[in-house]
Amino acid sequence: MLDLTWLLIAVPLASSAFLLLGGKRLDPWGHWVGVAASGTAFLVGLVALIQMLGLDSHDRSHAVHLFSWIPGGELNLDAGLLVDPLSMTFVMLVTFVGTLIHLYSVAYMEHDPSRRRFFAYLNLFVAAMLLLVLADSYLLLFVGWEGVGLASYLLIGFWNHKPEYATAANKAFVVNRVGDMGLIIAMGLMFTYFGALDFESVFAAADGATTAQLTAIGLALLVAACGKSAQFPLQSWLGDAMAGPTPVSALIHAATMVTAGVYLIVRSAPIYAGAPAAQTTVAAIGAFTLILGALIGMAKDDIKKALAASTMSQIGYMMLAAGLGPIGYAFAIFHLVTHGFFKAGMFLGAGSVMHGMNDQVDMRRFGALRTAMVTTWVTFGLGWLAILGVPPFSGFWSKDKIIEAAFVGEGAQPWILGGAALIGAGLTAFYMSRLFFMTFHGKARWTDDQHPHESPALMTVPMIILAVGSAFLGLFLAMGDRFSTWLEPVTGHAEHHEPVLPVPVIMIATLVLVALGVWAAWRKYGAADVPEVAPAASLATIAARNDMFQDSVNRGVFERPGTHLTRTLVYADAALVDAAVDKTAGGWARTGESVRKTQNGQVRSYALTMLVGLVIVILVVVQGGL
Amino acid sequence: MDPINFVILASVLFAIGAAAVLLRRNAIIAFMGVELMLNAANLALVAFSRIHGEIDGQIMAFFVLVVAAAEVVVGLAIIIAVFRARQTISLDEPAELKG
Amino acid sequence: MVNPVLFWIIAAITVIPALSLLFARKAVHVAMSIVLVMVGLATAYVTLGAPFLGMVQIVVYTGAVMMLFLFVLMLVGVDQREDLKETIVGQRWIGLFTAAGLGAFLVSIVGRVTIAVSDAPVTGEPDVVAVMLFEKYVLVIEVLGFLLITAAVGALVLTHTPRLRPRRTQLEVQRDRVRVGADPVNKPMPGVYARHNALDVPALDPEGQPIDHSVSRVLKIRNQTQDGAEFRAQLEDPSRKEGDR
Repeated sequence: MLDLTWLLIAVPLASSAFLLLGGKRLDPWGHWVGVAASGTAFLVGLVALIQMLGLDSHDRSHAVHLFSWIPGGELNLDAGLLVDPLSMTFVMLVTFVGTLIHLYSVAYMEHDPSRRRFFAYLNLFVAAMLLLVLADSYLLLFVGWEGVGLASYLLIGFWNHKPEYATAANKAFVVNRVGDMGLIIAMGLMFTYFGALDFESVFAAADGATTAQLTAIGLALLVAACGKSAQFPLQSWLGDAMAGPTPVSALIHAATMVTAGVYLIVRSAPIYAGAPAAQTTVAAIGAFTLILGALIGMAKDDIKKALAASTMSQIGYMMLAAGLGPIGYAFAIFHLVTHGFFKAGMFLGAGSVMHGMNDQVDMRRFGALRTAMVTTWVTFGLGWLAILGVPPFSGFWSKDKIIEAAFVGEGAQPWILGGAALIGAGLTAFYMSRLFFMTFHGKARWTDDQHPHESPALMTVPMIILAVGSAFLGLFLAMGDRFSTWLEPVTGHAEHHEPVLPVPVIMIATLVLVALGVWAAWRKYGAADVPEVAPAASLATIAARNDMFQDSVNRGVFERPGTHLTRTLVYADAALVDAAVDKTAGGWARTGESVRKTQNGQVRSYALTMLVGLVIVILVVVQGGL
Repeated sequence: MDPINFVILASVLFAIGAAAVLLRRNAIIAFMGVELMLNAANLALVAFSRIHGEIDGQIMAFFVLVVAAAEVVVGLAIIIAVFRARQTISLDEPAELKG
Repeated sequence: MVNPVLFWIIAAITVIPALSLLFARKAVHVAMSIVLVMVGLATAYVTLGAPFLGMVQIVVYTGAVMMLFLFVLMLVGVDQREDLKETIVGQRWIGLFTAAGLGAFLVSIVGRVTIAVSDAPVTGEPDVVAVMLFEKYVLVIEVLGFLLITAAVGALVLTHTPRLRPRRTQLEVQRDRVRVGADPVNKPMPGVYARHNALDVPALDPEGQPIDHSVSRVLKIRNQTQDGAEFRAQLEDPSRKEGDR
């Protein structure tokens, strides 16, 4: 069965092509084809998982050779799949959450005229994402990497008749392209240093490589990860990406695609093992982004953008863990899985709220929805408890471990990283509670034409399943270190280190900060009245509302100088390169002007020239011979 | 008398033919100059054939004869075509193809 | 070895007529001189042991090629008179100098060469040439066949004028002539109303004036016409006319 894992990619891809090429006659039932394709992929993955669980832990890495892809001289690359615990984890996450979101979308997109196209794109995304995680070489991973980027672009701009949505899609595409350049550069470095691009050869060669080489590759890979995972400084696209339909935000921009950067870092563990500087940079960027995202999330009134900021912050946790090395890899992936569940569940909840509130996204116009939407309230509440890290819900098991791991180390590093993680937990509690209370509690601040109602069963059932996952998956996987043991063949065995603070102290501090955050949020947004229009606020709040001026910074730091550079280059091109070519050509043209007078059209002149030439040739030959 | 003298005679005839091509503007006369040059070459071939006692030189002259015949046919046809278009056979007249 | 007398005769009947290429004004004269040159060359071939080639030279050059030149001369008109004044700057002197230089150069080189003449000369009898042509050089002969066919077709194509409009009948020609106001009757024949009906004498109109266009263009170019004054006088004086007869 493990050899049949190519079906995981082939089935959604075929379904996507079928839906795109099938035309309008598929409109009435085409979306069920999409659901079936995703479900089939899940079943294939499940069978493969069960088979893999039956193997010994060191036999669990299975290579599937597909075909000889680039058989060329220096570079011989086969297309193949690497099925191991890490990729199987992603396969299960992508196909399971993906299938649920497919189901949800059937109802959510019911009134959209291009629902078939939507499902085609979703299937394309699933196929590309599975290719990304199953690839056995960086180049094949890059194909999937670009594939998810394309699907993301298509889905963010799904309602591209609105100019700002189309702009958001372009923005996501362009920012991602910066990250893609990082991956391309990393591959170029690998090829230069190691002459190979497949994981096996690269990792084998990484043992003998110098620290400088590995650091260069590691930093280039980090740029790629930052682009895809919306980490500082390439985070600006994620907020705007909420322009896409909510199921897209749930699947692509919360649960799966944005975590591809974390996957890339964890997959490249052997490279980072030899590059401590790059590894520390990963952790630092993760810590910075988790605080940045949390601060932005505290000020956003748009429910989807608040959730997007939260996603950015949570992925910051994962990057922080991934930057800690072997002790953090398993927790990074663990948090990735639990986050996939509870964040997807909350996004679906947000979609359900929007569905019932005429696509309203301003939380200041919500309030008291717990009575109108009981199921949504309960499922969203479970997700809320999970992300807060309240025991025994999922987030507690994963996030608490990351905070503990961040406190491991020597010197100032554990205090900085651990402190950031700890403060981040408190901030998370505040902004998620703010979101929860503003939406479901307090007084109703609905506009007159809004009549909140619960969503149909097709939407609530996936939400319930994800909520159950948010509640218990963490406990299930954390019991007896199941998940760490499962990933150990890939991430390597982690030596146990004691944090600089005792574990109970960290845990209690975390819980106290979380409680403080919830209490502050309740005082301001649950018990008190929330103004319907955002009030004037301090400079810090304004900065957070404006995403910390990321767009202005980008414009000032990159766009303006870039424009000037381009203009200078264009001028230089015209003044130097073009001019050189033009002058040369002009010189020859003038030469031609003078020489052309010999072409006077008189055949007798030509004959004379020929004869003179003949005489000269004879002279030369005879003189040479004599 | 040494047959090499015929080669000298051929050289003289060749030069006369070349001068005719260069100096005469009547296309037909210039063309006859070309014919004279060809025949001078033939004479040289035959003289060398005699000097070396090989018959191949004569065969080559024969081939030149045939090629010259073909050339005359086409050349005169061109002269007639030009004459029809321009009512003249002066070589200086068709000088439009100049730089 | 070659008889020196024969050589000098051949040299004379080739070089002297060939000079007409440079100095003769009329193309017909040049053509006839070249015929003489060809005959001289044929003689040279026979002298040099190539009797078959000599005969072919006479048949092909004097019989076919030069006659073709004459036909073309007649087609384009004998009045294609050439102005000997040179129009291209320096062409005459550079051309003469180069051609003379080439000749002098070749002669000086060849004159310095000494080659042992073969003691066993072969004679290009027709059977010897035929065996050579159709055994050793059979492929070249085939290729030359293609060349000749192509040249013949090419000449046909070059001189062919396609008929673009339907053929005009004699009735239409006549109507057009009347419409443009041309003389509806035939031109008068030369010699009409003249004492002689010779072609070189213009016709006279009823008033006794010569009609110019009744005489051939070619005769005028050759200055071989008479103006008819003599005959007009006879018309005016019947007694002289009777007397002359």
